[in-house]
Amino acid sequence: MPNPAPNPFPAAVPIPATARRPMSKRNKQFLMAAPMVLLLVTFLVYPSAQLFLLSFQKGGSFSMENFQRLLSTPVYMTVMMLTLKISMVTTIFAIIAAYPVAYLISILPNAKKGRVLFWILLSFWASFLVRAFAWIILLGRNGVVNKLLQSIGLTSEPVPLLYNFSAVVIGMVHALLPLAVLTMLSVMQNIDRNLTRAASTLGAKPGMAFWKVYFPLSFPGVTSGALMVFVTAIGFFIFPALLGGRRETMITQIIIEQIIQTMNWGFAAAIAVLLLVVVLLVFVIYDRAVGLSTMTGESSNRKLRHGRKGILSQAGDAILTGLGHASDAIIGLFPRRRKAQEGAPPVLTGFVTVLLIVMTLPVLLMIPLSFAESGLNWPPQGFTLKWYEQIFSSPVWMSALWRSLVVGISTAVLAILIGTPVAFLIVRSQIRGKTALLAFSLMPVVMPNMILSVGLFYLYAKIGLVGTNLGLIIGHTVIAVPYVVLTVMSVLRNYDVRLDLAAQSLGATPWVTLRLVTLPIIGAGMISAFLFAFTISFDELTIALFTSGGMSATLPKQLWDEVSLSISPLLAAVSTCLFLFVTTLIIVVGLINRRQK
Amino acid sequence: MSTLETQGLGKVYGDFVALAPTDLKVEKGEFLTLLGPSGSGKTTLLSLIAGLSDADSGRILMNDQDVTHAAPYQRDIGMMFQNYALFPHMTIAENIAFPLKMRKTSAADSRRLVQEALDMVRLPHIADRYPKELSGGQQQRVALARCTIYRPSIILMDEPLGALDKKLRDQMQFEILRIHKEIGGTIVYVTHDQEEAMTMSDRICLMNHGRIAQLGSPADLYFRPQSLFVADFLGEANLIAGRLMSGTGGEGVVRLEDDSEIRVTLPNALAPGAAVKVMLRPQNLRLEDGPGSDPGLTARLTDWSVTGAATKFFLEAPALGMDRLIATRATALSAAATERGRDYRLAFDPRDAVAIAADQAA
Repeated sequence: MPNPAPNPFPAAVPIPATARRPMSKRNKQFLMAAPMVLLLVTFLVYPSAQLFLLSFQKGGSFSMENFQRLLSTPVYMTVMMLTLKISMVTTIFAIIAAYPVAYLISILPNAKKGRVLFWILLSFWASFLVRAFAWIILLGRNGVVNKLLQSIGLTSEPVPLLYNFSAVVIGMVHALLPLAVLTMLSVMQNIDRNLTRAASTLGAKPGMAFWKVYFPLSFPGVTSGALMVFVTAIGFFIFPALLGGRRETMITQIIIEQIIQTMNWGFAAAIAVLLLVVVLLVFVIYDRAVGLSTMTGESSNRKLRHGRKGILSQAGDAILTGLGHASDAIIGLFPRRRKAQEGAPPVLTGFVTVLLIVMTLPVLLMIPLSFAESGLNWPPQGFTLKWYEQIFSSPVWMSALWRSLVVGISTAVLAILIGTPVAFLIVRSQIRGKTALLAFSLMPVVMPNMILSVGLFYLYAKIGLVGTNLGLIIGHTVIAVPYVVLTVMSVLRNYDVRLDLAAQSLGATPWVTLRLVTLPIIGAGMISAFLFAFTISFDELTIALFTSGGMSATLPKQLWDEVSLSISPLLAAVSTCLFLFVTTLIIVVGLINRRQK
Repeated sequence: MSTLETQGLGKVYGDFVALAPTDLKVEKGEFLTLLGPSGSGKTTLLSLIAGLSDADSGRILMNDQDVTHAAPYQRDIGMMFQNYALFPHMTIAENIAFPLKMRKTSAADSRRLVQEALDMVRLPHIADRYPKELSGGQQQRVALARCTIYRPSIILMDEPLGALDKKLRDQMQFEILRIHKEIGGTIVYVTHDQEEAMTMSDRICLMNHGRIAQLGSPADLYFRPQSLFVADFLGEANLIAGRLMSGTGGEGVVRLEDDSEIRVTLPNALAPGAAVKVMLRPQNLRLEDGPGSDPGLTARLTDWSVTGAATKFFLEAPALGMDRLIATRATALSAAATERGRDYRLAFDPRDAVAIAADQAA
């Protein structure tokens, strides 16, 4: 051997004399999950359970009175039915509009994909409150839409577009479309595009290939998108309150009314329980019909039931075949494009472009109005910065802004610290209750925020956290943690664990590995998770509505209070600031992610 | 002194025995290959040695020190991964210097050693590039430099050439052997490619069902397989059933199913009357037209094809219970023409006919 000299590089870390089995993995895993479990049990499960008990009480003893009153008063049942109706209609429109968008994004080349996705994310993160406010301006008597209708001569005088059923639905579809797109996209991205190509080599025309091959594969995306939209819609109160008339009242508004105006905890709790039951019922129906496993995105590999083909699936098959024939007949009417395989069909691109414009425009139209002297009438006249000056010189708005920033940053830090270990645990370890742990950590997403908020309010009132920043931070962390878990999980899924093993085999201790290898590589993803958590807190209204009382409002709470009182250009200026701030964050996230690639 | 020793080392996942208690000794400077089909336990064994998974039983000794429960970074090992596992956010130089940094080598020494290592793998000018700017073969060399630069006493390689195409693979096999000679380390190499194992190894540890099926030199395994699994796994083999009539001193006589008797080599002593299979490698069977001096079998030619350097003949011999026999010969224009459907004699040298006990399935 040419190199008989003793090894000049001993192992990086000497083996301690007492090398034993490393610390029990179970203990470590327990420590990783414990903070999140503790947080959710204390500030989600416990308050909800309290609320549940409260709903069965009247004057301190067991009673069904709350429910009797709820179920026997026609007005509450009417509101519940209307809530379901609005949610249903919203879901249908959102899904139909979102499908082509998600489809287009899934077939676009990566560079363009990012650009379209940016607009979707922008709408996704732009606050509901700001968007609802934008619609008020847009649909008002002197708003853009009315002016447009008059200028093209469709109407001679302003049409009442606001404060009715369709205004609520328009606002809600607009608000939930991005959620529908993103949910569907997660399924569509995993569909092998060669399958449609294979179908066409086997003789299927484009329409048939779509309806018989692509659509059935994308169906889990449609159903989980619908579920997400429906469950979110059912807990809305901003849109019916701001865009609806007297008749368009949704169930969560009643809860707010009961708490804030009459302080009737028991009855509010009963409505919350009813809402929760309805949501759970929707999940149960969904699970029976399609299976909850489709939610995880592993849906396209879902095991199909063998054997019998039910009458429903036969009917579905026949419908799809019919749709296939019909679309092929329609496609046949048009001249054949030469490069049929390349790029997206122009009709689709056109439709999606229009949709993206409609999605973004309402908020953008608000911006010029925030500089106008003429109030909120369209077209804006004059140019002034006085609204902005008013905001920045107002102690109320400034303290709200300051509070939102403090709460947002604290929430993001806390959510990252609590959520990241859970994501590591779920992705990296082979523990048994992994799915259960994931489901548990997603509970705050599924549970209507209204229920959480009321529960927290009740809890905070007893332990003195109402009106404190700490109370807000805890509440916001509860709803931000699932997003951190999901974001970090997706980052970790793309991370090759062998890099860690390589580092360790080269002499790096676990801590050094984390510092020099893992964190630098997943850093960008962690920053995204941080910013998402911050945005969630920064935009959050429901929890702030109850737990930040009087002088200690956050920005959205302050905005909500003012919008409910009167609509002024000042609010357009506030909304513009909020929107631009969130836009900046989304752009930062996008830039970080791009640089990483 | 053995560099690496496992004593009764085992690993269980639930009901699945990934590695039955295994004893293995690897000598200093040796190139040992763990070979076997997927799920045979070779990767389990490797990751136990590396410390990437925890043993359920037994001990691991490295240079006579017990490292069974030591972390990877406490072991004197280097490891090369199938997908290279180069750190994407570090330059090539930083990647290669990583183990030196972990060992607190001075910056000046580190720079010099990195340049030497890059020279050794014949990539002197890529120090400042990033892994994604390199080809697969180049990344492989960098990975090799990274896991050898600190001269670990054991270098573990987990199918390092699995992702390369055939030509690059041959080149890298040679490169790894050259560097192995240059630095004189001990290498434990995992592959499922038997050709690679035969080419590179001092010894092969052939594994099946979580156990060592046979451990020996490539020639040992090829010519003196201890079991049907080994005979079948390494190279192509015709395995003809028969019964041992007599056998002493490494030779014996086997009666085949058509009642003919042939002389065979007997690597393991077996009792007369034992059921055996006679292993005949295709390249040791000569296709002959008429009766010859060597012993032979009669079989009917069903098909043949030119596979490149060798021409393959497919034959059947129902009397021997064989519906498929394979014989090969060097492809040559000058070779005698053959006819499908005709009977031929398959002649062989008795030294090339190896009898293996038929019941040793593993």
